[in-house]
Amino acid sequence: MNRLAQIWVYIEETPLLWLALTLCVFWLAQQLYRRLGEFPLLNPVLISVIVLVVILAVTGTPYSDYFDGAQFIHFLLGPATVALAVPLAGQARELRRYWLPITIALTAGSLTAVASAMLLGWALGLDSQTLLSMLPKSVTTPIAMGVTEQIGGLPSLTAVLVILTGITGAVIGIPLLRLLGVRDPVAKGFAMGVAAHGIGTARAFEHSERAGAYSGLGMGLNGALTALLVPLLVWLFGF
Amino acid sequence: MIGSLAALLLFQLAGEIVVRLTGLPLPGPVLGMILLFAGLLARGSAPRVFTDTSRGLLSYLALLFVPAGVGIISHLARVADEWMAIAVTLIASTALAMIVTAFTLRALTTTRGE
Repeated sequence: MNRLAQIWVYIEETPLLWLALTLCVFWLAQQLYRRLGEFPLLNPVLISVIVLVVILAVTGTPYSDYFDGAQFIHFLLGPATVALAVPLAGQARELRRYWLPITIALTAGSLTAVASAMLLGWALGLDSQTLLSMLPKSVTTPIAMGVTEQIGGLPSLTAVLVILTGITGAVIGIPLLRLLGVRDPVAKGFAMGVAAHGIGTARAFEHSERAGAYSGLGMGLNGALTALLVPLLVWLFGF
Repeated sequence: MIGSLAALLLFQLAGEIVVRLTGLPLPGPVLGMILLFAGLLARGSAPRVFTDTSRGLLSYLALLFVPAGVGIISHLARVADEWMAIAVTLIASTALAMIVTAFTLRALTTTRGE
């Protein structure tokens, strides 16, 4: 018994436990997602977060203890953000051909995503910190968290709102656009990427290769534009 | 592969340094991404190992969101208080952004006779 207690004390003090558990939970969530036909609401990130939150709550572990282990995974978001330049550069030829329509559609979509969240959230009486954390919701998490940190929101809240936005876009995107008569895979894909980042892009790739490529393009471009736009709008409206 | 990882980290580092020097309103890694993008366009092509490593890292992108996502545990009370307004804002804003983007792009590409 004494030895078991000693082992537990050791495990609690190394980052190993939470690092290993995060990987295990994510792996299981991914298996579940694949086995059940990639049903959007079973998004592996969403399921992993829920399971880990329950584990932390049940064991009474503070988030800071968990993060001591999980920070090794979190750190890789930085280089992964830099790596987004690679698929983007792969679209260089398409970019040159459609650069004007793409620039205009990107600006319109990006402004709509940020401004509509600002107005709706304000009208519905969201707390100002919640609202700030929601503004970069349409771009991929590492960028969104960086933006939130800069404007004084809560990066961890942003991470969850971004994931929920991606799931929303992946679930409603294709049926909504089809209902409105948009058949062009380029327009569909690009819109999914601009509004719903990586999770939308994954869904667009399931729809077609061409839609997926444009979705990746929309996601990358909107990431850069939103990083500039949100701090500017926040400064203009004086939040 | 180590060389490729080092290159990604160096671009990130360059981004962080420039952001701190100039006070640009951008996260360091985003500027690193823009610098790398410009570099790739200027160079024309990247070494195979480098693109493979980058794509490899991106294929685990979803996992990298989990530690930050678990941070919601610190905001459970806030989300419970405001869940309705959060859900309405999030769903409506996402749908609007998607519709505006798709219609703008479609209008501009079809009128040019593509």
